[in-house]
Amino acid sequence: MSRLAIQKTYKLYIGGKFPRSESGRFYAINDSKGNLIANMCLASRKDFRNAVVIARNAQSSWANSSALNKGQILYRIAEMLEGRKEQFIAELIAQGETAENAKTEVLLAIDRLVYFAGWSDKYQQFFSCINPVSSAHFNFSVLEPVGVVAVIAPEKQSLLGLISVIAPAIVGGNTVIVLASESKPLSAISFAEVLNSSDVPGGVVNILTGKKEELVNQFASHMDVNSIIYCGADEPLMLSISELASNNVKRTTFYKKNDWASDSCESPYFIEKTQEVKTTWHPTEI
Amino acid sequence: MFKASWAYDEAPESTNHIQLKKKYDLYIDGKFTKPVKGQYFDTIDPSTNEIIASVAEATSEDIDKAVEAAKKAFVGWSKLSGKERGKYIFRIARLIQERAREFAVIESLDGGKPIRESRDIDIPLAANHFFYYAGWADKLAYAFPNRSPKPIGVVGQIIPWNFPLLMAAWKLAPALATGNTIVLKPAETTPLTALKLAEIIHESGLPKGVVNIVTGAGETGAAIVNHPNVDKIAFTGSTNVGKYIQKAIAGTHKKLTLELGGKGANIIFEDAAIDQAVEGIINAIFFNQGHVCCAGSRLFVQESIANLVIDKLKNRMETLIVGNPLDKNTDIGAINSKKQLQTIENYIKIGLNEGGEIYQADCKLPTKGNWCAPTLFLNVSQSHRIVQEEIFGPVLAIQTFRTIDEVIEKANNTPYGLSAGVWTQNGAKIFHLTQKLKAGVVWANTFNKFDATSPFGGTKESGFGREGGLHGLKPYVKFD
Repeated sequence: MSRLAIQKTYKLYIGGKFPRSESGRFYAINDSKGNLIANMCLASRKDFRNAVVIARNAQSSWANSSALNKGQILYRIAEMLEGRKEQFIAELIAQGETAENAKTEVLLAIDRLVYFAGWSDKYQQFFSCINPVSSAHFNFSVLEPVGVVAVIAPEKQSLLGLISVIAPAIVGGNTVIVLASESKPLSAISFAEVLNSSDVPGGVVNILTGKKEELVNQFASHMDVNSIIYCGADEPLMLSISELASNNVKRTTFYKKNDWASDSCESPYFIEKTQEVKTTWHPTEI
Repeated sequence: MFKASWAYDEAPESTNHIQLKKKYDLYIDGKFTKPVKGQYFDTIDPSTNEIIASVAEATSEDIDKAVEAAKKAFVGWSKLSGKERGKYIFRIARLIQERAREFAVIESLDGGKPIRESRDIDIPLAANHFFYYAGWADKLAYAFPNRSPKPIGVVGQIIPWNFPLLMAAWKLAPALATGNTIVLKPAETTPLTALKLAEIIHESGLPKGVVNIVTGAGETGAAIVNHPNVDKIAFTGSTNVGKYIQKAIAGTHKKLTLELGGKGANIIFEDAAIDQAVEGIINAIFFNQGHVCCAGSRLFVQESIANLVIDKLKNRMETLIVGNPLDKNTDIGAINSKKQLQTIENYIKIGLNEGGEIYQADCKLPTKGNWCAPTLFLNVSQSHRIVQEEIFGPVLAIQTFRTIDEVIEKANNTPYGLSAGVWTQNGAKIFHLTQKLKAGVVWANTFNKFDATSPFGGTKESGFGREGGLHGLKPYVKFD
C-alpha cells in the first residue's frame, strides 16, 4: 500500500519556540529538478529585533551557568545530532550535496560540537592570567562573553559551517541570532529541533531563515547587538557591515574561508573572537 | 577655619633644568623635518595661557612622507631579530628614566596636570611600559601558543591629551616589540613630551623611519586614518571620533583598536571602609582634573550611608588644593584647554538646568588660565545628561541605591563599559559585583590604578582591544 509521506513545516527558532515569521512571508526551496522541498519562513527585520530582545534576556543566565554545565550541554547537542544523523544526511542530499559529502559534513559537525564542548571549562585557563603589577595589588585578567552575537552563517556547508561558528560563541557564554544559509536553510532549522531537545536554554541560539540582502544591515546596525560575525566573501556586504557596526562600536569578525571541514577550524582562538578581557584589581596591603 | 589650618607654603618644582626649543618640527625618517606647507601652531601652558613653543602642523603631504618612511623602515625592522628589537626598546625605557624629572616638568607645563602626578605616575609608568614590552620582543611565540604571530606593518597611532607621554608609551612599546613601524600623532594641546620622546628615540639609535612623530589636530589625524598604506589604526580618544574612524576604515584592510570614552560607576556599600572609600572616590573623579576616560564619574552610594559619605566627600573636597600644576602640593591642576573648560562648564549648566543640586569646593581659583573647582551633583537620576554623558572633567554625579541588583542594573545602564569600582569589606560581594559589572577594568577597594603588566581597555562603546600586559600584544600582530 503506498503511503503519502508527511512533510515537515520549517519555521523559525526564537526563544526556544518555533514561530512563523511575524511577516507571514515565505520563500521556496527547490531541489535540482525544480521540485519543492520546503517553504521557508522569510524572516523580517521585526523577527530579528524580537530575537535580539530574547537573546539579550537569555544572555546573563547562560553566561552564569557553570563552564561544566555549558560543556555538557554542548556535548548533549552532539549526542542528539548523532542520533539523528541519517535525517541530516538526507536533508543535505536533498539540497544537492553528494551522499559522501553529506555524510562527511554531518559527522564532522557532530565531532566539532564535541571539540568545543571540551573547551568549555578550559579556554578560560588558556587565555587568563595574573598580572604581576608593581604596586601592592592582586590583579588578574579573565575572559568574559561579549554578549549578544549576530551571525551570518556560511552559505555552503550549511550545517557544519553553522555549527563551527555558533559553537565557539555559545560555549563562551554568548547568545546568538543566526541567519541560516539562504540557499540551504533546511539543516539549520532541523538543527534547531536538536537544540531544543538538548537542554540548551531558550534564547541562547535563535535561528532565522531569510534573505541576506534584507537582514544583514539590521544585523550590523542593531544597537543592542555587541558583535557580528559574517561568513562569506561579498565585499560590498562586508563594507556595509563594517560601516553600520560603527554605530555602537560593534566588534566585527569576517570568516572568508570556504572550507569549514579543515582542522584549522578547531582552536580556542575561535572562542576568543567573541570574548572581552576583564581586568580586576584589589589591594593586598592591610 | 578649616581652610586656615590647611594652608601650605608654596613648593614649586623648578623649571631651569628643562630643555625646550622655541620651535618643533616633525620627526620623520629619523630627522626633524619642516612641514611641507610651513605651518606651525602654538602649544600653551593651560595654567597661564602663555605660549610655550610653536609646533609644526603636519598636512597630508607630511603624512605621505611619514608613512612612506615607515613603510620603507618596516622591511628591515620586521626582519630584525626579536632580541635586537627588544634592546632598542630597553634603551628607550632607560633614557626616559634618566630624564624623568625633565619630562615630568614639561608634561605638567604643557598639559596642566599636577607635578606630583606626572612625576609619580605618568613618567615612571611610561618608562615601565617600554621596559615591559621590550622583554616581549623575543618571546612572542609564547604569547600565542600554536600560532605564528607576524607584525602588521605600518601602524597609525593617535593619542589624547590627558596622559600625553604615557599614551605614547602605551601605543609605541607593544607596536615596536611586535616589529611594526609607526606614525604617531600626539594631541594638538599636548605635543611636547612626544616630541621630546622623539629626541630620545633618536638618541637610542632606533633605525630611521621606525617611529615617526607628527603633530597637528583633527585633519592631521584624518590623513593618517585615511592613508592607504597604513595597515592599522590605534586610537585613544572620544567615542564619537572612534565611531567615525571605525566607519572611515570600513572596507579597507586596516585593523583597528579603539580606546574610547567612559562613564565609570563607582559603588560604595554600607559595609565599606568608609574613610578609605572616600579617598578612593575623590581619587576616582578628581585624579588628573577628571580628564580620565576611566574616571569614576558616577558614584552610587548605598542609601543607609548616603548622608555620611556625602558629608565626608564635601569635607575632603574642601581640602583639595587647586592651582599651579608645578607646585608639589597641588592636587588638582589646570583644565587642559579653554575648549575643554567650556565643555565642562556647559555640562555644569546642563546639570543645573536639569534640576541637579550642585556642590563646589570653596577654593580660590587662579585668575589666569583654565580652572574648574571640584564639583559634585546630587539629586540626579539615570536619565540626566550629566549621568549619561562623559564630561571629562572634575564633576561627579551622585546617586543612591538600596539593593545589589538595583545598583548593578544602574551601573550597567550606559552605552560605555570601560571601568567600574566597588567598595565593600565583604569578599563575596566584591566578586559578585566585579563579575557582573560590564567593564574592561574593575577596581575593588581601589581606583585608577595602572600598570604596564595589566591589560586596559573597554567593552561596548568604550572601544575594543587591550593595552598593557600580555593581552596588549595581540592588537599589533596578525596570523596566517
